[in-house]
Amino acid sequence: MARMTMIEAIRDAHMLAMEADDDVVVMGEDVGYFGGVFRCTAGLQKRFGVQRCFDTPISELGIVGTAVGMAAFGLKPVVEIQFADYMYPAYDQIVSEAARLRYRSAGEFTCPMVVRMPTGGGIFGAQTHSQSPEALFTHVAGLKTVVPSNPQDAKGLLLAAINDPDPVIFLEPKRLYNGPFDGHFDRPSQSWGKHPLGEVETGYYQTPLGKANIVREGSAATLLAYGTMVHVALAAVEESGVDVEVIDLRTLLPLDLETIAESVSRTGRCIVLHEATLTSGFGAEVTALIQGECFYSLEAPVLRVAGWDTPYPHAQEWDYFPGPERVKRAIATVMEG
Amino acid sequence: MDKETDPQLHVPEPAIRPGDPPDFSHVEIPRAGEVRRPDPGENPEDMRDLAFSIIRVLNRKGEAVGPWADSLSDEALQEGLRHMMTLRAYDARMLKAQRQGKTSFYMQHLGEEAIACAFQKALRKGDMNFPTYRQAGLLIASGYPMSDMMNQVYSNEADPVRGRQLPVFYSSKEHGFFSISGNLATQYVQAVGWAMAAAIKGERKLSVGWIGDGSTAESDFHGALVFASTYKPPVILNIVNNQWAISTFQGIARGGAGTFAARGHGFGLPALRVDGNDYLAVHAAAAWAVERARRDLGPTLIEYVTYRAGGHSTSDDPAAYRPKEEGAAWPLGDPILRLKTHLIQKGLWSEERHTQAEAEVMDGVIAAQKEAEAIGTLHSGNRPSPREMFEDVYSEMPPHLVRQRHEVGY
Repeated sequence: MARMTMIEAIRDAHMLAMEADDDVVVMGEDVGYFGGVFRCTAGLQKRFGVQRCFDTPISELGIVGTAVGMAAFGLKPVVEIQFADYMYPAYDQIVSEAARLRYRSAGEFTCPMVVRMPTGGGIFGAQTHSQSPEALFTHVAGLKTVVPSNPQDAKGLLLAAINDPDPVIFLEPKRLYNGPFDGHFDRPSQSWGKHPLGEVETGYYQTPLGKANIVREGSAATLLAYGTMVHVALAAVEESGVDVEVIDLRTLLPLDLETIAESVSRTGRCIVLHEATLTSGFGAEVTALIQGECFYSLEAPVLRVAGWDTPYPHAQEWDYFPGPERVKRAIATVMEG
Repeated sequence: MDKETDPQLHVPEPAIRPGDPPDFSHVEIPRAGEVRRPDPGENPEDMRDLAFSIIRVLNRKGEAVGPWADSLSDEALQEGLRHMMTLRAYDARMLKAQRQGKTSFYMQHLGEEAIACAFQKALRKGDMNFPTYRQAGLLIASGYPMSDMMNQVYSNEADPVRGRQLPVFYSSKEHGFFSISGNLATQYVQAVGWAMAAAIKGERKLSVGWIGDGSTAESDFHGALVFASTYKPPVILNIVNNQWAISTFQGIARGGAGTFAARGHGFGLPALRVDGNDYLAVHAAAAWAVERARRDLGPTLIEYVTYRAGGHSTSDDPAAYRPKEEGAAWPLGDPILRLKTHLIQKGLWSEERHTQAEAEVMDGVIAAQKEAEAIGTLHSGNRPSPREMFEDVYSEMPPHLVRQRHEVGY
């Protein structure tokens, strides 16, 4: 085991994947010599050379489009979009090309690539450095979507994503890069140095895609979260004094419905959390699935706590971010229902 | 056929990295006054040479020489110096304010002051810039109140964009400054659309697209040039080549092309390449392109050759990817020093007056800062209400947003 931040864990996963397989190549804006604006690819170019880790022009379309070509040829590109908010120029390549290549060629051509992008708020990044676009990916047939919440999972999930035969969107909550964040913005920042999940297995391991993780067992209600909101959920539960089960979804698609349904059937109450905007968000999908799977066990309507349906503001960051107070109110409401 | 070999990925590398001595010997700098000035109406095919040289007016002695000289009056030159000094002082104060925690983020213009400050003076009211985050000189040179710029940087109660945007993402229709998106290159093509609208309506207004060397790689750049080439609206397409896109040197975006300006040739656009640290050259090139637009001769592409002497932003440390001494070795010098030398050479200025002006400018900036800080900074004082977070998403607030606003308590 070794102490790692999420950045170091992601870097370690890249190193191990590139060591294990010469076909793994890494590219993106500033990822080469500099090692990425968040340092997630630091040292890769030095170790593996410019043929396997290199800087690209500022063209997200170019990054993802060439990655599709490389993947179809037989490489396993792992590309970085500097911020999820910059993804949109690449969206056509992701949706119309990467996601459908296997289907439209009946398996003749495939696209085993990973598109990594920092996501989420909490850093005063305003509308262009804070978005959580996961629902734009989970809505697309042919993509897998992963959101880790800690260093241990980030490493294992990234290695599993790189090994996956299909395109995987890997969303990294940037507020978690250097430490957990429970939404208490007015308290000192925490580091991964003392957190149990900052203790990361050394060497190569995969955390399977499609498996959720029960991070706190409880009996009164089920809180479903991913990314930063896992930590917000845990804080809110402790502060509420209610015995709530917290599940970290980890992979949004494929979704571990079995673990979710088992928990909600047991507790009878459920809240889904995400930073992304509420309307047509991933919480809507999960809520629909739960009412289908657990209808007769439900004691209260499934609630959602999410970002407001506005662009992400700057000055009002903490009025926007769905912090522990909102989650606690939702816990109180779902317990009354 | 010659002997076949295995292909190799060619990844352009900068000539130097941290630890190496700065070296700009590969940057070809023609002497001031050397580049010809064609009539703005000349056929773009006959002026391709202008994309491969650098239009320069101020020589080493500070004299204005050659066919691009003399576009500005003595008063205008003194005003230009003051604008650049103001921008530099403003940057210094806002950088410090960011470090003091008064705001979240800042982006400075160090070394690039001449470009936006001089360009703005070639425009008139009614024209519209589509700037990037490094053109605050447009606002300063158009008389936008500095305290309002600071209110934006502080996201305080008087912030004209209501705390919604990152610091330096200003917006002022009145001052011909389009709301900054923050996503790269997206607005270059919008500038073309604005000019197309002026053409459709027959209004004598032009627009200006701004982009950096790195962002020319985005497809939006191609879209802008195609539409500009096809419809020939009154638009000026500016490329600020400051050598660095965060850590990535300009060779990655430029690739095998000789210059960024030469990108215009495939679209049949006249393309100039200009010394971006020469206030007079920038203004002269801008005035030439403006004349083309006003005579309905079509778009112009201009590359400004400059150097980003500071970090990309307050989140960036350039020492990690380029030698620290590189800025001082930049062969086109400092735009403020060069204009100052010119004014002194003309007998319009002196070291004493310059020192005095520096103090006056800084006093003005500090006074504006006091005014803004009396209202508030990002984390203290008066800030926009959470209520405002829900406004302007639509012209009329739909019921679901009203519900959400109530949930916040407003």
